[in-house]
Amino acid sequence: MSARDPLLQVRGLTHRYGRQVGCRDVSFDLHPGEVLGIVGESGSGKTTLLKCVSGQMQPSEGEVAYRTRDIGTVDVYGMTEARRRMLMRTDWGIVYQNARDGLRMKVSAGANVGERLMAIGERNYGHIRNEAVDWLERVEMDIGRIDDLPGTFSGGMQQRLQIARNLVTKPRLVFMDEPTSGLDVSVQARLLDLIRGLVGSLGIACVVVTHDLGVVRLLSHRLMVMKGGRVVEQGLTDQVLDDPQHPYTQLLVSSILPV
Amino acid sequence: MYVAVKGGDQAIENSQKLLAEERRGDPRVPELTLAQIREQMSLAVDRVMTEGSLYDPELAALAIKQARGDLVEAIFLLRAYRTTLPRFGIGEPIDTAAMAVRRRISATYKDLPGGQLLGASFDYTHRLLDFALAAGDERPVAEIAPEGVEPGMPHVADILNHEGLIEAEEPDADDAPVFDLTRESPRYPADRAARLQNLARGDEGWLLGLGYSTQRGYGNNHPFAGEIRVGEVAVEFAPEELGFPIEIGEITVTECQMVNQFKGSANVPPQFTRGYGLTFGHCERKAMAMALVDRALRADEFAEPIEAPAQDEEFVMAHSDNVEASGFVQHLKLPHYVDFQAELVTVRALRRKAGLAVDGPDSAVPDAAE
Amino acid sequence: MSTVIPHPTASTATEATQARIEGYNFAYLDEQTKRMIRRAILKAVAVPGYQVPFGSREMPLPYGWGTGGIQVTAAVIGPDDTLKVIDQGADDTTNAVNIRRFFAKTAGVATTDRTVDASIIQTRHRIPETPLTEDQILVYQVPIPEPLRQLEPRESETRKMHALEEYGVMHVSLYEDIAKFGRITRSYNYPVRVNGRYVMAPSPIPKFDNPKMDRMPALQLFGAGREKRIYAVPPYTEVKSLDFEDHPFEVETWEENCALCGAGDSYLDEVIVDDQGTKMYVCSDSDYCRERREAGHVGDGGPNSGGPQ
Repeated sequence: MSARDPLLQVRGLTHRYGRQVGCRDVSFDLHPGEVLGIVGESGSGKTTLLKCVSGQMQPSEGEVAYRTRDIGTVDVYGMTEARRRMLMRTDWGIVYQNARDGLRMKVSAGANVGERLMAIGERNYGHIRNEAVDWLERVEMDIGRIDDLPGTFSGGMQQRLQIARNLVTKPRLVFMDEPTSGLDVSVQARLLDLIRGLVGSLGIACVVVTHDLGVVRLLSHRLMVMKGGRVVEQGLTDQVLDDPQHPYTQLLVSSILPV
Repeated sequence: MYVAVKGGDQAIENSQKLLAEERRGDPRVPELTLAQIREQMSLAVDRVMTEGSLYDPELAALAIKQARGDLVEAIFLLRAYRTTLPRFGIGEPIDTAAMAVRRRISATYKDLPGGQLLGASFDYTHRLLDFALAAGDERPVAEIAPEGVEPGMPHVADILNHEGLIEAEEPDADDAPVFDLTRESPRYPADRAARLQNLARGDEGWLLGLGYSTQRGYGNNHPFAGEIRVGEVAVEFAPEELGFPIEIGEITVTECQMVNQFKGSANVPPQFTRGYGLTFGHCERKAMAMALVDRALRADEFAEPIEAPAQDEEFVMAHSDNVEASGFVQHLKLPHYVDFQAELVTVRALRRKAGLAVDGPDSAVPDAAE
Repeated sequence: MSTVIPHPTASTATEATQARIEGYNFAYLDEQTKRMIRRAILKAVAVPGYQVPFGSREMPLPYGWGTGGIQVTAAVIGPDDTLKVIDQGADDTTNAVNIRRFFAKTAGVATTDRTVDASIIQTRHRIPETPLTEDQILVYQVPIPEPLRQLEPRESETRKMHALEEYGVMHVSLYEDIAKFGRITRSYNYPVRVNGRYVMAPSPIPKFDNPKMDRMPALQLFGAGREKRIYAVPPYTEVKSLDFEDHPFEVETWEENCALCGAGDSYLDEVIVDDQGTKMYVCSDSDYCRERREAGHVGDGGPNSGGPQ
């Protein structure tokens, strides 16, 4: 095992809803610090794939293996639920499309950022407070609003808060599900810029699911294109976007404005 | 002058004497007999038996008398008595298809085997106060039909089942253990048997409100009242020594089968779904509301989104019991002065910290008064 | 105006064993039910702080008024026991009187007001000031056994949180207190961690009483009838009130002493003595107060006695 081994290995992952197939036979590796974009229209299976890969939904078939900091590579669905939940709130992060799914709406911004620290045993209010201030600054939020409830923030600020809440434990892997959709274009651009900066400077590996090719062009190193639950094309982002091989990818690329 | 609040035996004893006196009311008015309550307040008796989960009209009448007509209190009395009774065993399932029907209506078919039987109902009274009744000594007599009710009266759901139009209801195996809500602590998610037990004992008003909410879009069911029937059924019990069931008595029950929104999937062609309600005695409103809520609580089974209160199993079940709810709401009148004192100390400390006067608006200097 | 009524206390001597009423089993519950409850208690003792579901019976007392405590007491009480029942620290509050009467009637056991004479003490909202011993059992009446309930209403979820020791959210609520008010504002039912494992609701005792739970020589049993849960803290078990290093747990203090016995170390009730809101403070634990007065301690008599303020 070395630093060059993949952080995440997905093999033959299939998920069915009854007789409906969510995603079919997906395999990929993700290396430390690498950003993988998954694009496709709604119903293509990309969100199903993200849920299965991020420990939120057990796939019907296939394996998800993760290289932990301490005990080597483990089967994500083979470990106890306690361990998996611990992994998910320490070494992983999940940024949801809807901030309400990822934030605790009834407690302040500061408590949202501090929660993970408290969950892993931090018992010094001053430290927690300082960390919260620090992270709010890093996601470029007004620290004067640390005690405000998430509901009082704009959509873009809620996403920043979600990111701060996830990054406070310095995770090595973050999953993002349509992190910028539903935001104004100018807000989107600034948020993407922030994400790119943080991910790059902290060396975080990311899986980003989106229907927006602009997002993957800006963020991801590699790209997977999904259609009907299958991966129809994958490769380096620039390569796929500039020279799409699959007709569906060609259609996708031609139908958007250049970023 | 400081006069301490003294509870004590004497106060409780006096309170109970006063309660008895008030219950009796004006002694010049004849005292109610249990037979009067049982015969003339029979729907109150039925409700108390249902939610008290004990079929005993005489005791229910006593409970109503003792509770001065407060039915929730009467239900509580009956429950507290029920819990002391020995348990001999579990009876055979009652067969409502073999019911001696007094009333049977279906909203889904104009006519059907066994026919529609209106029976005794408030439904088509004009709700005009009957002042003749105030005068008393009334002895109304209903005419006897020239011919009896047809003996066979199949369930509407069974008729639909012949065509496979409604989901089949598979009974549990005979030897399958029966969950007993009164002996075991509920676990969530609960199974349907536990839910139905809970709803059968649940407060009528609670179920009525929840059932109503499903009709108004909070968890839409698209219900049809497939059938409501009221009548007498035999209760059978198989004593271990005998090894076969014997009839030990007869009880009156109300049963409601709601036919609901059809469902289908790739494997199963579309079928109507069911909601079920059953009560002791004649509690039609309760049985219908129960059937609506039963169906709403099956949302998970049919992969329907759980969005409305009536679909939320834990919410519905944990708050349906009026003996529990009444006790906990009313426990707030017990002394809480230790906790309140703790809150006073905290609030004063917070106000002091905020630089506010602690002893009212007159204190010019904070802290000076303490 | 100057009369000071003695502290509210009922008879001082141990009452004689009373005759039981006929027609009911000893201590009301049938033996099978008692065995079921004892099994739950044994499990609770084996896993300190863990809430054991039990088949709570319907009692002739409203839910929320001590049905859990009564069932636990009924399951552990024997003919030789001496029972004390307190509510808000006092033996003569109506609910305490009522429960004591219930056991006098159904079990015919001796009852007492004296903490030291009791073998079983059933309580609502207080722990006696007099330290308890290995020979005593303290039975708490619990309204809401789930310490996480206000943060997560779902039983299915809170059970998982306990199983996985996911208690971060508990500290989140304490964090919010400090962020909002500068200190932890919970004043009663203050959450504790038992034996380094389960987070537990101590029942609505004031936080003043929390330290008494820690390594208490007496067995502590908690019964929640409506919620159908029993839990326990075995003798000498660590009970730690949740806090932050830099905002440590603190108990209430008063500048005043008890007006009757002068105690400066007991939990005080605030009594309003006139329409102007004049206050005096007296011990909440009526037995403790009386013992002190009997031993010759005297308070300043309160605002109307002309004593020192």
